[in-house]
Amino acid sequence: MAEFTLPANSKVGIGETHKAPAGAKNIRKFKVYRWTPEDGKNPSVDTYEVDMDTCGPMVLDALIKIKNEMDSSLTFRRSCREGVCGSCAMNIDGTNTLACTKFIDEVKGDIKIYPLPHMPVVRDLVPDLNVPYAQLSSIEPWLKSTTQPPTRERLQSPEERAKLDGLWECILCFCCSTSCPSYWWNGDRYLGPAILLQAYRWIADSRDEARGERLDQLEDPFRLYRCHTIMNCTKTCPKSLNPAKAIAEIKKLMVERTI
Amino acid sequence: MNSDLRSPLNRARGLGSAKSGVHHFWMQRLTAVALIPLVVWFAISLVMLSGADYGMARSWLSSPFVMVLLILTICIGLYHGQLGMQVVIEDYVHNEGVKLALIVAIKFIAVFFGLAAIVASMRIGFGG
Repeated sequence: MAEFTLPANSKVGIGETHKAPAGAKNIRKFKVYRWTPEDGKNPSVDTYEVDMDTCGPMVLDALIKIKNEMDSSLTFRRSCREGVCGSCAMNIDGTNTLACTKFIDEVKGDIKIYPLPHMPVVRDLVPDLNVPYAQLSSIEPWLKSTTQPPTRERLQSPEERAKLDGLWECILCFCCSTSCPSYWWNGDRYLGPAILLQAYRWIADSRDEARGERLDQLEDPFRLYRCHTIMNCTKTCPKSLNPAKAIAEIKKLMVERTI
Repeated sequence: MNSDLRSPLNRARGLGSAKSGVHHFWMQRLTAVALIPLVVWFAISLVMLSGADYGMARSWLSSPFVMVLLILTICIGLYHGQLGMQVVIEDYVHNEGVKLALIVAIKFIAVFFGLAAIVASMRIGFGG
């Protein structure tokens, strides 16, 4: 059955509080999910009092400051710090987003930070994304063509190229897939919004010759049709993309080739 | 130890694409569109029949036009309903045996009530 409460070993307790250095005047509290596989304990939420006068404006700035100055054991993924790599996707203030592009000022009250929902946790804020990555491999996200390759670029009209806008920008942070209840309940069989947007990126590409085979692979009650237009994906996308529309376009093509 | 040592790609590919689902999707939309005017007509009819006795209801149903629309409303409604219930079961019931039993049950129930409604409508309408 779908899980509506956390399993016993995932119930979140209250962890340690790390005080701000003496003399700090502008303090904000960061409540961060902590879990370590080694100690056999349940996860907990640690509180970090961060001096905002010496901290950058983004949530990621605060996390890096905490790791550098307060608690080096805090574990999270980050790389580009400018919303391009998708590494620092996490649940901040109840919404999946990128820590590097989320302003601390946008959050009222304490800043609650959890890993992406409903994924196995590797440690602290690091989710296990092996399944979504494998699902990405399964849709074969590369250009397929059986026509003899041209001696130069494969040509595409400006109109054809425009069809890829809103699709190519996806950075595969999986904020959308992990915000989707259908993906929570059936993530083993449903591909989820991130992968379906990627699939549509190749279906919509005028240079790709495997459109029919790609649609064949998606034509499945679970792979595609678990999408019930809940729209959490579009609401949460930190790149302001619209995975729900991409999925709707796939569904339209499915009907188009049937009737 | 984890009893599932398949690679993530192996698990993601699973049993492959079922190559179906379009029909279910299309019929759900088609029946939804059909139900818009049918349910409006049915609601107006019920309001107009409020306070009517059995005789008046019978004479209403004896019109072939009314009988056709009523049977359509009930049968399309049941068909649409069982399609929707199937989706809910597939979403939330993850025990394969229970899932199969429930899907079979809702299909049988829909057919049973559909036929019962047809027989009842005809019997009343034809003055049985």
